[in-house]
Amino acid sequence: MEPAEIASIAQHSGGAIGVAWLMIALPLVGAAVLLLGGRRTDKFGHLLGVLMAVASFVVGALVFVQLLGFAPGERRRGVTLFEFIPGLVDNVGLLVDPLSISFCLLITGVGSLIHIYSIGYMAHDPARRRFFAYLNLFVAAMLLLVLADNYLILFVGWEGVGLASYLLIGFWQHKPSAATAAKKAFIVNRVGDVGLLIAMFTIFATFHSLTFSGVLDRTGDASQGTLTAIGLLLLVGACGKSAQLPLQAWLLDAMEGPTPVSALIHAATMVTAGVYLIVRSGPIFEGTGTAQLVVTIVGVATLLAGAIIGTAKDDIKKALAGSTMSQIGYMVLAAGVGPAGYAFAIAHLITHGFFKANLFLGAGSVMHAMNDEVDMRKYGGLRTVMPITFATFLIGYLAIIGFPLLSGYFTKDGIIETAMEHSAVLGWLAVLGAGITGFYMSRLVFMTFFGKKRWDAKAHPHESPAVMTWPLILLSIGSIGLGAFLILGNRFMIFLSPAVGAPAHSPAFNPFSVPGLATLALVAVGAVFAWMRYGAAEVPATAPRGSFLTTFARRDLYGDALNEALFMRPGQWLTRLAVFFDNRGVDGLVNGLAAFIGGTSGRVRRIQTGFVRSYALSIFVGAAVLVGAWFVVGNL
Amino acid sequence: MTTHYLVLSALLFAIGGVGVLVRRNAIVVFMCVELMLNACNLAFVTFARQNGSLDGQVIAFFVMIVAAAEVVIGLAIIVTIFRTRRSASVDDASLLKH
Repeated sequence: MEPAEIASIAQHSGGAIGVAWLMIALPLVGAAVLLLGGRRTDKFGHLLGVLMAVASFVVGALVFVQLLGFAPGERRRGVTLFEFIPGLVDNVGLLVDPLSISFCLLITGVGSLIHIYSIGYMAHDPARRRFFAYLNLFVAAMLLLVLADNYLILFVGWEGVGLASYLLIGFWQHKPSAATAAKKAFIVNRVGDVGLLIAMFTIFATFHSLTFSGVLDRTGDASQGTLTAIGLLLLVGACGKSAQLPLQAWLLDAMEGPTPVSALIHAATMVTAGVYLIVRSGPIFEGTGTAQLVVTIVGVATLLAGAIIGTAKDDIKKALAGSTMSQIGYMVLAAGVGPAGYAFAIAHLITHGFFKANLFLGAGSVMHAMNDEVDMRKYGGLRTVMPITFATFLIGYLAIIGFPLLSGYFTKDGIIETAMEHSAVLGWLAVLGAGITGFYMSRLVFMTFFGKKRWDAKAHPHESPAVMTWPLILLSIGSIGLGAFLILGNRFMIFLSPAVGAPAHSPAFNPFSVPGLATLALVAVGAVFAWMRYGAAEVPATAPRGSFLTTFARRDLYGDALNEALFMRPGQWLTRLAVFFDNRGVDGLVNGLAAFIGGTSGRVRRIQTGFVRSYALSIFVGAAVLVGAWFVVGNL
Repeated sequence: MTTHYLVLSALLFAIGGVGVLVRRNAIVVFMCVELMLNACNLAFVTFARQNGSLDGQVIAFFVMIVAAAEVVIGLAIIVTIFRTRRSASVDDASLLKH
């Protein structure tokens, strides 16, 4: 099979593709029933949630099978749903193509496993039904995002996942930290959304259309400068959603949500929406080298920043969150390279969805066993008491550091090779990032599962129930084999090519290239170094003070401090100024006028004595004055 | 000749005015108001006679009609106030002040 050119969209009705909207509708119905049904649905709420997610996956699988039945050049099927605002978006429709269906299968597949896992994880939570309602809402919104055939509906899904993310980060809103984290995520995402909105305005002003077919086929009509502006604005949106520099600050705090949420939304699916946006808008970025350059720089900067943050975190979920940032940085880097990188970006996105969900759910399993303790300094030696969690976590770990023949090895290597071809500097920085990944992930595993037991006195770790371990096992199967399946023989690149286009020459997988070997060597060095520091040596119960660099990484590279100094403090000054002006200026004027009238009335009121005779006297005097005045004037 | 009538009219008006201002009894105040009205009537009639026109006499009739209507309403009010408050003093009727 040879890669194909970008195919045009064929209108389609009938079959599984004709009812692709069911994928979105089913979880949406689930969310509506669970939210509107209230306590009455408490008993079966979690089962309904799982059922809807699985049903959505089944529909997605049927759509996928039908799509495979078409010739590669006909695998872009447009499904018109209903008429919408003429001139803006004539028809609302879904676009089922290799790119969107890949996402659908990832979202519903991994999503279903995480739904099942949540039954066990949230078993003792009184609000479990509400949790599943939000999860279903998220799945529906995310599917809308990837299936939309125009930017407007994509934006609806984009906001929908933002809402679900907000609701789920703040799920335990009785914790002030969770409530704050939810607000932070929401606000930072709004910054990105403004970028996406202005990008949409610019797109509409330039192309008079918001549909993908109407915009992306005609990028040649627009000037270089317009394309660059649109590309950079889209990148702002992508940065917000995907926690890329400089809008990365919310992701680490988002770990306040329940762990399945971190796995589904803040690792596997939602945070990759930015990568989807860049790849989907590929023709715009391909038309402008400037925007592509900025995308690759953002990607490399974030993959290094995330990895460095990951090295210093003692909170197991925050270490994984840093790792998520870093891995998405790889995807953004690949997406910025152009058609040569798209397939690797999406392939890494899919394998990352599996192994990172695997790692997060494994971390959740550990936390479940350790009374919700997240500090890795209080773990240690867990491999004997939690064998299944340990085994699956180990697979996820080997996959993410790129251990040969596991998923991450193939997809990350592909990104590094592509970046290397694009620019040696970017490539070697990506290799460096892989080395740091080897270090921080090894540190995480050694601190958690190896070494001496440093448990809390009250902790009695135990293996998690089957409803939690089975999703882990299935995800680790994906973490093992998916990479080889997608990359070998360029299978995924060829599958994706009708949707995103093909590179000038097909990449050949070469296990013994210099960057590949260098990556492996650096990863090995990182792992050995981590073993020396955290495996063989004693891990102190409290974090040592560390050098300037350690503090730098622990404080998230001063991202929060920077935001505070640049935006929050000036913002507070501005509000204080406005409040001062309002209190003293506006209120002073209004209140002063009222006080003046009130005071004057109070004084004038005293004239009303209630004595009729004094009124009569005033009338009399008035009349006398008038008559006197008339005499004087009349005699002049 | 006319001067005498006008002087009388002015005297009556002044007596009425002073009465309105100094007396407390509402009935007396009322009578003083009537006195002032009739002083005006006298002046109107005097000028009408002097000028040989009927205008002043007609106006005097209007004043009498208005005064009659005013007496009806004014006395009704005074009687009502007296019934409720056992007092016809104008100084006591000050409930409407702020």
